[in-house]
Amino acid sequence: MMRVQLFLTCLGENFFSPVLKDMVSVLERLGMDVAMPEGQTCCGQPFYNSGAQSQAVAPARNFLRVFGPTDGYIVAPSGSCVDFVRHHLPELFPAETREHRLAQEVAARTYEFSEFLVRVANVRDVGATFPHKVTYHASCHALRGLGLREESKQLLRAVKGVELVPLNEEETCCGFGGVFSVVYPEVSSSMMQAKIKNIQESGAEFVVMGDPGCMMNIAGGLKKIGSPIRALHLISVLAAQ
Amino acid sequence: MSELDHIDFRANVQHVPAHVPQSVRKATSKFLGTRANVVGIVGDERWQQLRQAGHDIRLHTLDHLDYYLTRLEENVARAGGIVHWARDADEARRIVLDIAHEHKVKRAVKAKSMATEEIGLNHALIDAGVQTLETDLGEFIIQLAGVGPSHIIVPAVHLTKEGIADLFTEKLGVNAPPDPLELCAIARTKLREEFLAADMGISGANFMVAESGTLVIVTNEGNGRMCTTLPPLHVAVVGIDKVVPDFESVNVLLKLLPRSATGQKMSTYTSFITGPRRATDEGGPQEFHLVLLDNGRTRVLRDHVTRETLLCIRCGVCLNVCPVYNHVGGHAYGAVYSGPIGAILAPQLLGVARAGDLPFASSLCGACADYCPVKIPIPQILLRLRHRVVEGDQIEAATASSAIRVGTRVGAFALSHSLLYEFGARMMKFVQAPLRRDGWLPNLPPPANRWTMARPLPAFGADFRDWFRKRTPAGRQRVQKRKLGIGLLFAGIAAVGAFLLARRKKD
Repeated sequence: MMRVQLFLTCLGENFFSPVLKDMVSVLERLGMDVAMPEGQTCCGQPFYNSGAQSQAVAPARNFLRVFGPTDGYIVAPSGSCVDFVRHHLPELFPAETREHRLAQEVAARTYEFSEFLVRVANVRDVGATFPHKVTYHASCHALRGLGLREESKQLLRAVKGVELVPLNEEETCCGFGGVFSVVYPEVSSSMMQAKIKNIQESGAEFVVMGDPGCMMNIAGGLKKIGSPIRALHLISVLAAQ
Repeated sequence: MSELDHIDFRANVQHVPAHVPQSVRKATSKFLGTRANVVGIVGDERWQQLRQAGHDIRLHTLDHLDYYLTRLEENVARAGGIVHWARDADEARRIVLDIAHEHKVKRAVKAKSMATEEIGLNHALIDAGVQTLETDLGEFIIQLAGVGPSHIIVPAVHLTKEGIADLFTEKLGVNAPPDPLELCAIARTKLREEFLAADMGISGANFMVAESGTLVIVTNEGNGRMCTTLPPLHVAVVGIDKVVPDFESVNVLLKLLPRSATGQKMSTYTSFITGPRRATDEGGPQEFHLVLLDNGRTRVLRDHVTRETLLCIRCGVCLNVCPVYNHVGGHAYGAVYSGPIGAILAPQLLGVARAGDLPFASSLCGACADYCPVKIPIPQILLRLRHRVVEGDQIEAATASSAIRVGTRVGAFALSHSLLYEFGARMMKFVQAPLRRDGWLPNLPPPANRWTMARPLPAFGADFRDWFRKRTPAGRQRVQKRKLGIGLLFAGIAAVGAFLLARRKKD
C-alpha cells in the first residue's frame, strides 16, 4: 500500500477545501494510505519569488520539520509549489549541511498530483465519470518547471463521459504569476482576459487545470463576466462519479 | 528621459496606445509560426544540440573574454582597422564624435545597432551638426516618429501600416498610401540618395570573430552592406559581449539566430567585414574604426548567475513568446532592450535603482527560457535580480522600501508557525464576512483591491484540516486541543488589545 502525505499548499487550503477533500477521496479510492502531517504552513515560495529570499528560509525550515520525519510520497494539488520544493527549497540551505541533505531527500519524494498518479502510481483510469465537454489549461510551473505536458490530459481522457476539446494557446500563461498579479494588475488582468476569450471560444462547459493559483485567476475572471463556464481542478473531475 | 529617471513600468503600461497589443501580437505570432516551421525541419533533437552548443560557445567566450577581445583587437589592427575601447556611453559618444569631426563628416547613415541606441548616439551626432539617418526600415520609421525601438529586431512592431502612412505623409511630404509595398518604395528612394551622399557609415555587429577580426552583420534589407561599403568611412559600435572565438562558432550561431528571430533558415544578407578596403578590393571604405563598448557589461560578469544574460544573441524570440510583452509592447519597458531579455539586461546595465521594476514585470511563466536559442536561464536571473532589489547582494544594495522588507519579515514569521497560520486562516474567514457575496469577495480594500479590480477573489474557506482530523478519534481530540490553543491565542490577543486601549484612554 502506497503511503501519501498530503501537502495542502496555502492557496489550496484557504480557497479550495473541496479540492483537497476530493484529493483524499481519489487517493483512497485507489487504495492509498493518506495522511496529513500536522504543523504544515507554506513552503516559502511567495517570499522566494518576490525577492525576499532570506525570508523564505523560515517557512522552508518549517516545511522540513513537518515533512522530514514522514515516510512515503508527498503529494500536492499544485505544480507551482512542487516546482519550488523540488528545485528551489534545497538551494535555501548551504550545501553539505544537514538541512540541505534533508531538503534534497524531501524534494525527491514530493510530487504534483497528476505526476504522482501517472509516473509513480502508474494509474491512468481512476474510475471517474464526468459527462461534460471540458478543455484543459496548462499551468506554467507544472509544464515548464516539472515537464508535465500530457499527464493531466491522459487522466482526463480516461474519465468516462469526458469530451476533451482543445484550448487555443493552451500553454500560454493565464496572468496569475503570484506577486505579479498584484504588482502589475493591469497586465495580469489583460493576460487573464485573453485566456478567458480562448476558453469561451473552445466551446467547453468546464475549464480544467492543476494549479490553485490559475484557478483563483481564471475562476475569478469567468465569474467577473458572469460566464456559465466553470473552472475546475483536475482532481475534482477525477473525484466525480 | 534623463539617465537617472526611474523606469515606472506600471505607469508606462497605462500609456500604451490601445492598438499596440493587437499590432504586436499579429507580428510576434507570425514570427513564432515561421520559427516553428524551420525549427521543425531541423528536428527537435538536433535543435536541442544546437542550442546547447550555442550556449557553450557563448559561455566559454565570456569566461575568457579578455583573451578573445585581445585576439580580436590584434586581428582588426592587422586587417588595417583601428580599435577604440569605450568604458561607458559618454566615452563611446566622444570617440565617434571625434572621428566624425576629424573627417569633417556632414551626413551619416546608420544600419541598425542596439549599441548605438544604448549610448544615445543619434542625439549626440545631430547635436554636433551631423545629419544622421537610420536606414533599417523599422528604425527609419521610428526615427521619423521620434521614439525608440519597441522590439529587438522589429523596432516598429507597435505601429500599423495606416499609422506609418500618416507618418510618411506628414514627415516626408509625400502622399503615402497604407500599403506596405508602396511605403517600402518611398523609404527606399529616400534611402538610396542618402547612402550615396553620406560621409560616414555607422553599424553595429551581430558577432565579432576573434580569430580574424571580422564583423558579422545579419540583415534582411541590405542596408547593412550599403552603410558599411558605400561611405568612405565605416565606424562600428559593438558591445564587448558580441565577440566569438572563430568561424566554427559563427556557423553554429548563424543556425540559431535567423531561425529564432524571424523564422528564416538564413537572413537575406549576411556580411563578413574584415578591415577597410584593400588595394585589390573594388569598393569599401577607406577607413574602418571599431568601438568596443563596455557600458556596464563587465559588471554583469561579476555575478555567476546573472552573467549568462550576456549570452544573448539579440534574436528577440523571448519577446515574441512572452505574454507580458505581447500585452504591453516594448515601450512600457522604458529602456532600449525590452521584453524578458530587457527585464534582465536593463537592471544590470542601468542599475536596480533605475530599472528595478522590470524584473517584477514577469509572471515567471518560463516560456522565454524554453525558446531562448542559447539557453539563457531568464526566470532564474529574474529571481536573482528581484532578490537584488529587495535584499541587495554583492553587486548592489537593496532599493525596495523598508515597508516591503518589514512586511515580508512579518509575513514569513506568521507563515512559519502553524498555530499563527491556522489562527490567521480562521481570522480571514471571520474578517471577510461583511465583504462576502455569494461565495466571492468582489471588492477588497487596498492593497488587496489590486486583485479585485480585475476579478473577484474566492472567499476564504479553510476547513479541510478539521474535516480530515475528525475522521479518526485521535484527530477529533486534536481538533479540541487545537480549538483550545487558538481560543487562548484569541483571548490573549483580545487581552493585550484591551490593555493597550485602556492605556491609550488614560493618556
